[in-house]
Order: sequence, then structure tokens, then C-alpha cells
Amino acid sequence: MEIEFIAGHNLYWIISLLLLVGLYGMLAKRNLVKKLVGMNIFQTSIILFYIAIASKRNATVPVIDAALGSADPAHYINPLPHTLMLTAIVVSVATTGVGFALLISIFRRYRTLDEETLLKRMR
Amino acid sequence: MIEANLPLLVPLTLLIPALLIPLIGLRAPGAAYPLALAAVLASIPLAGFGLFRVIAGGPISYTLGGWEAPIGIEFVLDPLASFLTLLVTVVSCLVLIHARRVASVEHPDKRVPYYSLVLLLLAGFCGILSTGDLFNLYVFLEISSLAGYGLVAIGDKRSPVAAYRYLILGSVGTGFYLLGTGFIYVMSGSLNMADVARILPHILHQPPVLAGLILMVTGIGLKTALFPLHFWLPDAYSSAPSASSALLAPLGTKIGAYVLIRVLFFVFDPAAVEQRLPITSVIAWLSAGGVLYGSLMALAQQELKRMLAYSSVAQIGYIGLGLGMANPLGFTGAVLHILNHALMKAALFLVAGNLRAQLGHSNIAAMDHRLSRQMPWSMAAFVVGALSMIGLPPTAGFFSKWYLVLGGIQGSYWVFVAVILLGGLLNTLYFFRVIERVYLPFRKGLPGHAAANGEPGIVENKEARFSMLAPTLILAAALLVLGLTSSFLVNRVIQPMIPAGLL
Repeated sequence: MEIEFIAGHNLYWIISLLLLVGLYGMLAKRNLVKKLVGMNIFQTSIILFYIAIASKRNATVPVIDAALGSADPAHYINPLPHTLMLTAIVVSVATTGVGFALLISIFRRYRTLDEETLLKRMR
Repeated sequence: MIEANLPLLVPLTLLIPALLIPLIGLRAPGAAYPLALAAVLASIPLAGFGLFRVIAGGPISYTLGGWEAPIGIEFVLDPLASFLTLLVTVVSCLVLIHARRVASVEHPDKRVPYYSLVLLLLAGFCGILSTGDLFNLYVFLEISSLAGYGLVAIGDKRSPVAAYRYLILGSVGTGFYLLGTGFIYVMSGSLNMADVARILPHILHQPPVLAGLILMVTGIGLKTALFPLHFWLPDAYSSAPSASSALLAPLGTKIGAYVLIRVLFFVFDPAAVEQRLPITSVIAWLSAGGVLYGSLMALAQQELKRMLAYSSVAQIGYIGLGLGMANPLGFTGAVLHILNHALMKAALFLVAGNLRAQLGHSNIAAMDHRLSRQMPWSMAAFVVGALSMIGLPPTAGFFSKWYLVLGGIQGSYWVFVAVILLGGLLNTLYFFRVIERVYLPFRKGLPGHAAANGEPGIVENKEARFSMLAPTLILAAALLVLGLTSSFLVNRVIQPMIPAGLL
């Protein structure tokens, strides 16, 4: 039972691990660029989660196939999470862009991207 | 015709000019402000009409592209959403009138992006308020957040650092919300709020649903700055330019509180959730901690904007307390406090903006009694705002705390009642610290006062300009008017908002 539970949710374990790696990067890393990298890993793990929940066993891409017909949705994977994640990817790219713009402006003013050095120079 | 489109009309009125301003601003930077003001002014009657229709005839629903509700994206104006939409548009209009002068003093070269970001922020807020779709809410949350990061970053030298911290934590918050939404979607198969609310009672016993709720509440808690997830707020609000903080502080966290209300009370059924997971109690206890912590930290601040930022943490605690009590009176108090706090925080931040524009600083230690004659009207507005924060009748702040205390008594939450009263006492302490300096004559023997000692002399009039003074005074007056009309508000406007699960 225990082993089955762990092995049966392989993908979700990897996603959780990615999520934690991302959170660790965002909150614990001292380098501000690494925080942004962490943020991207964090957001990617959520995107992967949505993609994972869309999949079905023995199903194909959600384009109507003449051989399968449109009567039984079990033949096709769920397209909605993919569409949602297109939006989430756009949001993630935009956030990364704003983050880099802020980093450039921080670096121009303080000549550092290390959090502790930055805190010293801000005083 | 116009009535059916109202839910989407307000966000669009703000969104389209937000995208036009940068284009027009390339050729004519001077056109940015009139365009932004026109957009906000146009949205007020729409929001007002929306509230009027909703109170008279029930919720208005609009489906995007004609796709019916559970499949398509639905925009819904219900009493709560339309009321807060009106609040957002009115407060932002007053702040925008005030911001023109502040913006040209504090960041003259960034006026065009400032106005564009303001409209984008407001479009995001109004979108959050009127959407009926959980994922759509996430998108609007990100729109307003991204605009918010930009608004914080155009401030002084330290502001990009504060904005960066805000961005990292804000992304964690919205990320958790998105993940929670994913959990709910997996279990219910729907993203439409009304549809999810119908399905949830059947699947509430399953762990992923509760995990999804916890993730969503944590994420929103970060955006709302619910104690102990508030740590980004003081830096962000005090480093932001006055024109931005006057907009973000009263409205930003209130929108978070709205999402919390929407998810906890409208999508989920609080009574059913409480049997499995004490989430409202946890929110109430943490909020009680936030009231005390925020007030104590506010007491220790030497800079007015920073003091007001910590005071925001405490005031959000009051809202959280009202929600956590999960009874009609507590809910009424929380919604009333969202309204009152938006107005009084806006008034106080506008006074801080006046001080910065006229004196060049807002350090509490550098204020003295001359200020009451240099800037009599601004200081009068400050006193009204402060009295309302403390909760003295007949100002508006008294009534929201009154309902919160009643809610506490109704639910026998004696600790919370004590915290609300103690919080009021601490409010008195940190506001009178300022009022005492400004209004009472100097105390002899204190360093710094010796030079001015003895001679009242002629005091130079440094009062803020009319365009800055008028919005400040209107907000201060509104606090008194709302205080006197609060029973009408509660009976006619807030009563219909109370979710069925609480009655």
C-alpha cells in the first residue's frame, strides 16, 4: 500500500519536489537573480501540475479524430488546463520581465545583487 | 442594454485607456493625466448605476462571448462586488486628483507610465470584483499585482528593492492561489464560482478539496497581508511614492480581503468547512495577533507613512477578525471596516502626501505645533482620520468596530472583544503621539524647541494646494457623513450582501 501510493504518484512527487525547490530558491537564496530563478521553477511546477491533471490513460490530443468520434470524451485528454496554462505562462513571463527590470534598476543604484551587501549599502 | 453589460463595462472603461495612455503619451505626455482622470470619472457613474440596479433588482450576470455560465467565463455583479467597485472608483478618483501635483513633484519624468499603471491596477481590481470565475480571478489578480509592483518601483532610491521583495512574495501568493484553484478544479471539474459552490457540498469530505482551500487562503493571505504574512507590506508602502501608496494602501489589501470573503463565504460554505477544518477560527486568531502586532509596531515608527503602513496591518486584522467570527454581525463589521478603512487610510495617506510635497518629509520627530498653523486644513483632516481610526463616534470608524464588538459578543468570543478594545487603545496612543506634537504647544526643556521658544511669531502658510487639499477634505468629510448614515448603509446595502451560509 505504502509503496504503491508513492510509486503511483510519481509525477506528483516530482512536481512537489520542484515546488519546494522553487520556494527554497525564492525565500532562502541570497542572490536576487537566484530568487528569480526560484520563482520560475515554482511557477513551472504549478504549470506542470495543471498539465498532469489533464492527462488520461489511452487518450489522444483533443482534436476530433474520425476513427474515435466525438461521443466519448474519454478518448481525448482535457484541453482546458492547457489553455489555462497558456495564460499562466504569459503571466509568468511578464512577471519575470518585471523582475529583471527591477534587478537592473537595483544593480544600477547599488552595484550589487547580493542581498546582504545590498542591505548594508542601503543603510 | 447598458445594464446587461455593466459587469464588464467598468473594468473595460479602465483597461482600454490604460493601454492607450502609453501610446498617446509618446506624442503628448500632458494628455496622460486628463485621459486617466476621464476614464476614472466615467467609471464612477457606471459603478454607481451598477450598485443601484443590483440593490433594486438582484445580481447582474454577463457571459463572455455568449458561452453559458459553467462552460464560459461569467462576470457577475452582486451587492458585495458592485458596492466595492463603487468604493474603488470613488477613492481612486479622489487619489488621482490629488496625485497630479504629487506625481509632478516626486517623479516628474515618470508621469505617463504612472497614470497608465494606475488605470491597469484599477482595471485589475474591478475585474477581480466582478469576475465569477476562479481562474479569471487569478488573471486579474496578476494584472493588478504587476501594475502594483511597477507603482511601488517608481518611488525613491530604495523603492526597486521593496518592489522586488513585493514581487517575489506576491508571486508566491498568486502561485499558491493558482495551485489551490487547480486542486478545486480537479475535484469539482468546474471553475465557475457559482457552479463550484453547487458541487462542493458533495465533495467537501475529500482531502484535496480542503488542501485546495488551505492553499488558496494562504495565497490570498499573502496578498492581503494577513498577519503573519504581512512582512512585505511596510517596506513596499513606505518606499512607494506618495501618489502610489495612497492608492495601494487603502485599496490593494481590501481587494485581497474581498477575494477571501468570496472564496470563504460564497464558494465554500463556512459552516460545513468548519466541521472539518477550523479555518475561520485560525484566521480570527491570527488576525487578533495582527491587530496587536501592527498597533505595537506602528507605535515604534518614526516616519508617518511607515506608521500608517503598520497601522494597515492592524486594520486588516480587524477585517480578518470580523470574517473569522463567521456570523452576520461580524461579517457586517468586516465589510463596513473595508469601506471605512479604505476611506480613512486614503485620507491619512493623502495628508502624508501633502506633508511630503510641502515640507519635503513626513518624519514624526520633526513635526511641531507650528504645523497646525502652517497646514491647518491638512492637519484637521488628519485628526478626523485619526479619530476614525481610533473609533470615536460619530466618525465612521466607530460603527465598524461597534459591529465587530457586537459580532464578538454574539459569538461569545470574549478574547476577540478584548483585542478589539485593546487595539483601539493602542490606536489612540500612536495617533495622539502625532496629534500632540502638532497641536499642543512645545514642552519646555526639550532639545530642538529652544530656538522657537517663547515667541509665537508669524507662521508662514504652507498649506497644500487646492487640488491636493480638496480630495483630502472630501475624504475626511466622507468619514463623518458615513458615520452618520451608517445605519442606512448597513440596512440597505450590507444586509443583502450577507451570504446565505451565515444566516
